[in-house]
Amino acid sequence: MTDVTLDPTKRGYWTSDQDVRWCPGCGDYGILAAMQFLYADLAADPDTEVSKENTVFVSGIGCAARFPYYMNTYGMHTIHGRAPAIASGLAAARPDLDIWVVGGDGDMLSIGGNHLIHALRRNVNMKILLFNNQIYGLTKGQYSPTSEVGKVTKSTPMGSIDAPFNPLSVAIGAGATFVARTHDLDRKHMMATFKRAHEHRGASFIEIYQNCNVFNDGAFDAVTKRAARDEMMIDLVHGEPITFGAESQRGIVVDNGTAEIVEIADVDSSRLLVHDEGRDDPSLAFALGQLAHDRQSPTPFGVFRQVERPEYTDGVTNQLLAANEQQGPGDLHALLHSGATWDVN
Amino acid sequence: MTDTADRLDAQSIQGVVIRFAGDSGDGMQLTGDRFTSASALAGNDLVTLPEFPAEIRAPQGTLAGVSAFQVHISDHDIHTPGDEPDVLVAMNPAALMSQLGRLKSGGTIILNTDAFDERNLEKCGYEVDPRDNGTLDDYIVHEVPMTSLTLGAVEELDVKKRDAERSKNFFALGLISWMYTRPLEPTIEWVNEKFAKVQTVVDANVMALKAGHAFGETTEMFGDQYEVAAAPNEPGTYTNITGNVATSWGMVAAGQLAKLPVFLGSYPITPASDILHELSRHKNFGVRTFQAEDEIAAAGAALGAAFGGHLAYTTTSGPGVALKGETIGLATSMELPMVIIDVQRGGPSTGLPTKTEASDLFLALYGRHGESPLPVVAAYSPSNCFDMAIEASRLALKYRTPVIYLTDGYLANGAEPWKLPDVDSLPDISVSFTTEPNGDNGEFLPYLRDEIGSRPWAIPGTAGLEHRVGGLEKANVTGNVEYDPDNHGLMTDLRQAKIDGIANDIPLAEVDAVDGAKILLVGWGSTWGSIKAATERLREAGTPTDRVHITHLNPFPSNLGDILRAYDHVIVPELNKGQLIQILRGKYLVDAKGVNKVKGLPFTGGEVVEAVESIVAGTSQGVSL
Ligand code: SF4
Repeated sequence: MTDVTLDPTKRGYWTSDQDVRWCPGCGDYGILAAMQFLYADLAADPDTEVSKENTVFVSGIGCAARFPYYMNTYGMHTIHGRAPAIASGLAAARPDLDIWVVGGDGDMLSIGGNHLIHALRRNVNMKILLFNNQIYGLTKGQYSPTSEVGKVTKSTPMGSIDAPFNPLSVAIGAGATFVARTHDLDRKHMMATFKRAHEHRGASFIEIYQNCNVFNDGAFDAVTKRAARDEMMIDLVHGEPITFGAESQRGIVVDNGTAEIVEIADVDSSRLLVHDEGRDDPSLAFALGQLAHDRQSPTPFGVFRQVERPEYTDGVTNQLLAANEQQGPGDLHALLHSGATWDVN
Repeated sequence: MTDTADRLDAQSIQGVVIRFAGDSGDGMQLTGDRFTSASALAGNDLVTLPEFPAEIRAPQGTLAGVSAFQVHISDHDIHTPGDEPDVLVAMNPAALMSQLGRLKSGGTIILNTDAFDERNLEKCGYEVDPRDNGTLDDYIVHEVPMTSLTLGAVEELDVKKRDAERSKNFFALGLISWMYTRPLEPTIEWVNEKFAKVQTVVDANVMALKAGHAFGETTEMFGDQYEVAAAPNEPGTYTNITGNVATSWGMVAAGQLAKLPVFLGSYPITPASDILHELSRHKNFGVRTFQAEDEIAAAGAALGAAFGGHLAYTTTSGPGVALKGETIGLATSMELPMVIIDVQRGGPSTGLPTKTEASDLFLALYGRHGESPLPVVAAYSPSNCFDMAIEASRLALKYRTPVIYLTDGYLANGAEPWKLPDVDSLPDISVSFTTEPNGDNGEFLPYLRDEIGSRPWAIPGTAGLEHRVGGLEKANVTGNVEYDPDNHGLMTDLRQAKIDGIANDIPLAEVDAVDGAKILLVGWGSTWGSIKAATERLREAGTPTDRVHITHLNPFPSNLGDILRAYDHVIVPELNKGQLIQILRGKYLVDAKGVNKVKGLPFTGGEVVEAVESIVAGTSQGVSL
């Protein structure tokens, strides 16, 4: 038998020797598997170059943030909310690395919201995975910034009164150049989405609907359970009219900036929205993101937006090169003598 | 222009303390800075004390808006910006009112009389013109209509009156330059460069400067000219340097000496921002500067860069250190090198952003949760900031630890002549990355320590050494997550022992000693100059006094306890309410007495002398100024 830990095209090669410590049944397992399988696939793909020494997973705090321990790559498990900032520094220092940031909704949208939006606005070359389970898991069940209004938790016995964030709206509003959504029950979809993010140059943001079966079980069942998928999941395909439903009988029109679900039979087909990821103006992507305003209505999945914008670490590198060209290579003696000097004999 | 005849006539003096004061829009910092540069080029020893309001433009003409720059120039080695100015240049009534109390009795005042109108007098609360009611009787007063003379001088230029008036600080500079026989050429050269984009501004400033100089020469008002000769300095090439620039150059140098790229994560904050500005100009050294979204991100980005193998810094002031605490704790746990530079300012909270204080020592030593020891070093003079930046970097790299390096507002903005070091004489602080597995079975053990307790630094991109680091407690040697109680105790001890061991790797404390001294002054940070000046005065007055200045505050030099125990009186002057003294008393059980000042200003030498005398006489158990 060959040793899978020696074959990059096998999942085992990308799996660390640490015991995974999520609760049995947690959606995180599926996401981890998708990532490990993806890297096995990427290693097998002659057009892609990946290596475990050049790959780094950076996380904050929370259940999701344990992710780096389980990938047989370099990894940093840091502090609550700060992973995008720490990863930005790593990326700016080491643009050669393949960097992923992993965190939950509390980590990335509450304590670390500031770092998330700034990493996206700068367009730092890294892939940001937001495991959205709409609850604080590691601290045992308080409502999170993505929990629905009225949510009863240990810290909100009378129901939450906070309006939740829509993670995609936050990302699009922050100027993210790659924005996508996937969910923990569909490994193939996750792998395909992660792969797209991996190919993108700049900051990629992926919201993953993730089930916390201990504190918020079934939060996404109405949308992602197999039986519901046909009617509730809207598959976004670039260049094609957006349709869904068992008979592909429903579509989307945008009216006055608002995306609406329609029965295709009821509208002129020219009005049906054709998905265009590459549209520079983010308003359509934003409208699509707003479509799933609760967890009970049809929800788009896939890549909402993928546009080209100057990437941050390229800017860093270019300035270093330009400075070198304009000022010549650094000369410490010259630097120390660059002010007015005088001699004492 | 200063010609030889002038110079022969000039009366030679040993030194002078000049204080330029005016509205924050009057350009007093620039005036002081230019006079300082010209004096530095003349070879004087010098120390400066810039003082400016936190507001960019406080209401014009008010006391709150006064900006001042004190410079002490001398023909011999000096250590302080001077206790009391000899000369006060006051550009408006508010400047006179707020600064007069500092002036030496019998000192010289040069007033811009054009600014002494009713409105300005009223704005700062003068009910009567101080020139008329005897307030200034104890001083030599020169009344000069600087604004109108400046307007006259630039008349031929096509500039608006308001713009022309702005050159009056150059008039003042020209006049002072004449009084102290300073050549105008360096200033003219500087003006040409600085304002190159607008020729009229160059012309107006140069004309005003020359007019001020000519005014001194042609009116009989001022009597003698003075000359401060060059200080006998060691041979070498000198430059005038501020602490923030010295720190910045130290960081660039450390990168070169460590053969590592430099990464700075920073967020703008007074008085540290100039380091970010300065480093941003030196990208040709491979220096990366990252202006983060906040203080936490600035520290985080630095830590990320450190993981990636860069020499990582974050620069800030006290409020920023408070925010970075959790990240610094993470760095102590991950055992990665980084340097946190705290340019201290008055606190608590926003406090006095532009004023100096040394009240972050406890914060530096203890400002993290858990047992999280780290080395702390402090610079003692503007030029020493260069050396301490390198030293902090050396310790961080060698011991894979965050290091806090303390300076303060006084060092940061203050200037002194600096004998430039020979680049080849600077220490090699390079360390090696780990590139091979270190375990017996070919595995990589990220927490297997070397003989000084440092763990391997293996950076991403190194095949075979893939590993994960984090803030959870790690098993000794393997670095895997581990909650075992005994392991936690062991790891806590190992981290502490590593930092304690640094005591063997730093210079012993050196006492500046004289025969028969029973008094020891112990200082740290920017009080060096004041304490040195006080020590010399005490000795001159017949009280043999010794002095030790601590640059390494954690761990302390290993001989410090023995030094302290050898004196009858151990006195610790600090610009805080007694932080070092508490540690010394606790650690070495010595009955040290404190001299403390928290007023946003450095000690004067005189304050320290008086405090020491009263403590030694037994009339005081400690002095709070
Ligand atoms: S608490 Fe919830 S999110 Fe956390 S590991 Fe358990 S199931 Fe997963």
